Amino acid sequence: MTGPILEGKNIVRDYHIRGGMFGAARTIHAVKGVSFKVDKGRTLAIVGESGCGKSTLARIITLIDAATAGELFIEGRKVDISKGGLTPEMRRKVQIVFQNPYGSLNPRQKIGDVLGEPLLINTTRTAEDRRELAMAMLKKVGLGHEHYNRYPHMFSGGQRQRIAIARALMLNPSLLVLDEPVSALDLSVQAQVLNLLADLQDEFGLTYVFISHDLSVVRYIADDVMVMYFGEAVEYGSRDAVFSDPQHSYTRTLFAATPRADVDSIRARLARKNAA
Amino acid sequence: MVQTTAIEPVSLDPSRRRRLADFWYYFSENRGAVIGLWVFVILVALALLAPLIAPHAPNAQYRDAVLLPPVWLDGGNAGYLLGTDAVGRDMLSRLLYGARFSLFIGVVVTTLALVGGIVVGVFAGYVGGWVDTVIMRVMDIILAFPSLLLALVLVAVLGPGLTNAMIAIALVLQPHFVRLTRAAVMAEKSREYVIAARVAGAGPMRLMFRTILPNCMAPLIVQATLSFSNAILDAAALGFLGMGAQPPTPEWGTMLAEAREFILRAWWVVTFPGLAILITVLAINLMGDGLRDALDPKLKRS
Repeated sequence: MTGPILEGKNIVRDYHIRGGMFGAARTIHAVKGVSFKVDKGRTLAIVGESGCGKSTLARIITLIDAATAGELFIEGRKVDISKGGLTPEMRRKVQIVFQNPYGSLNPRQKIGDVLGEPLLINTTRTAEDRRELAMAMLKKVGLGHEHYNRYPHMFSGGQRQRIAIARALMLNPSLLVLDEPVSALDLSVQAQVLNLLADLQDEFGLTYVFISHDLSVVRYIADDVMVMYFGEAVEYGSRDAVFSDPQHSYTRTLFAATPRADVDSIRARLARKNAA
Repeated sequence: MVQTTAIEPVSLDPSRRRRLADFWYYFSENRGAVIGLWVFVILVALALLAPLIAPHAPNAQYRDAVLLPPVWLDGGNAGYLLGTDAVGRDMLSRLLYGARFSLFIGVVVTTLALVGGIVVGVFAGYVGGWVDTVIMRVMDIILAFPSLLLALVLVAVLGPGLTNAMIAIALVLQPHFVRLTRAAVMAEKSREYVIAARVAGAGPMRLMFRTILPNCMAPLIVQATLSFSNAILDAAALGFLGMGAQPPTPEWGTMLAEAREFILRAWWVVTFPGLAILITVLAINLMGDGLRDALDPKLKRS
């Protein structure tokens, strides 16, 4: 596979808010012309504060919403869901893992059905086949056979996120969009899930678009970093370049706001406090 | 594979059993609901066993025993436990057979209204936009009429009879289901698991009826129970007005209507059908309240 798996050119998304009884109609520019490119097996992290357009961009990349303008290429093919439907082959190339593992699993669906559903819809595999694939996938994300017939409410947050990841991988996607996949989990579980994601990336040659506001997580997992601020990409480059030499003032503010908990920085802070 | 098939029944069972146990725990907190459930079970049993336990045929007329009082009054006859009506038919047998009609009406009307309401409501809630607006305004118009009056008009158009009465009542009860379903669907539609199913490639039909609908059922089950008693009541009212079941059908409302003129001379001819309606409706309503407590998470005291 040559060329980037995912490429976006000048992606724009506007939301039109209808004028009500008291207000005039408004247009909100959620994403203002963002361009990016991700190669196979790499991870692009999109960082920014709440409401900066990260999740809107995620929905556009995942082909849930259409972009207002701009072009999106997946595996070199142009995709536009506003014109004409989406073929199953395109659909299965991109999958998503949501932020909140408590809302992203259907409470009335057993885990086995959660994992089997994508196959049931998109393939003609037999029930026995689907079952075996689902079992294998459960193993891969660190769960067991005994979880196959359980309901989501019987799992912890970390386990649910593993299930959500397993569901996303059932169709063998080439691109996985991770919309703050660990921000709802506590710290030790975050590390487990991030390691799982890294292992799966190696195993399946996956390409990740990782959306986050947690810079320590981004530093750990990303190859490239894009910083978004009010719908614009203010900084875009490799992880090392962005972290060592931030160009935009917003990026510097963002880095400065990250709490540091290593021993040296704590000593330095105490020294400053004592001196004052 | 061998191992997993061995595990399956064990791992499947606890969740279902636990959900049932959970349900029963919340349901049995409400004493009235439990009583209502038992009364309802007894009523169903009586209705099913009517041909076996009824002492007489429901329409058999005994000319020598007209307007006989119940057995515990002077002049009562042990052959007719609850007395006889104006043409010598045994009240107890007629009431037992009447239970069959009433429960049948309840089941048919509720099913019709529920299925119709769910289909229309899911559609309105999922599609939204002008489709939703049009459907909901039509439902508002139906709701604006007093329900019995509208049923009466519909029966007048369709012609009197039990079947037409049931259709009319189902039409009148349907908007409640449409509203409930629409509201629940609109709340569920934007949840992440629905989007996840969409990303997995689920079409609109699958999203509507397999993904969203099962998560909207709790309020609908409650509303269905309450509609059940409403249907029985409305059918009895239509019967009383001569628009529902036609005599000599032993339907409770029709029995009331036939007995109207004997209300002063023979109180039992009017009282027992009335009591039967009262007890049935009360039992089902109590049961519905209990169901609401058990199924509606907002009312759970935990």
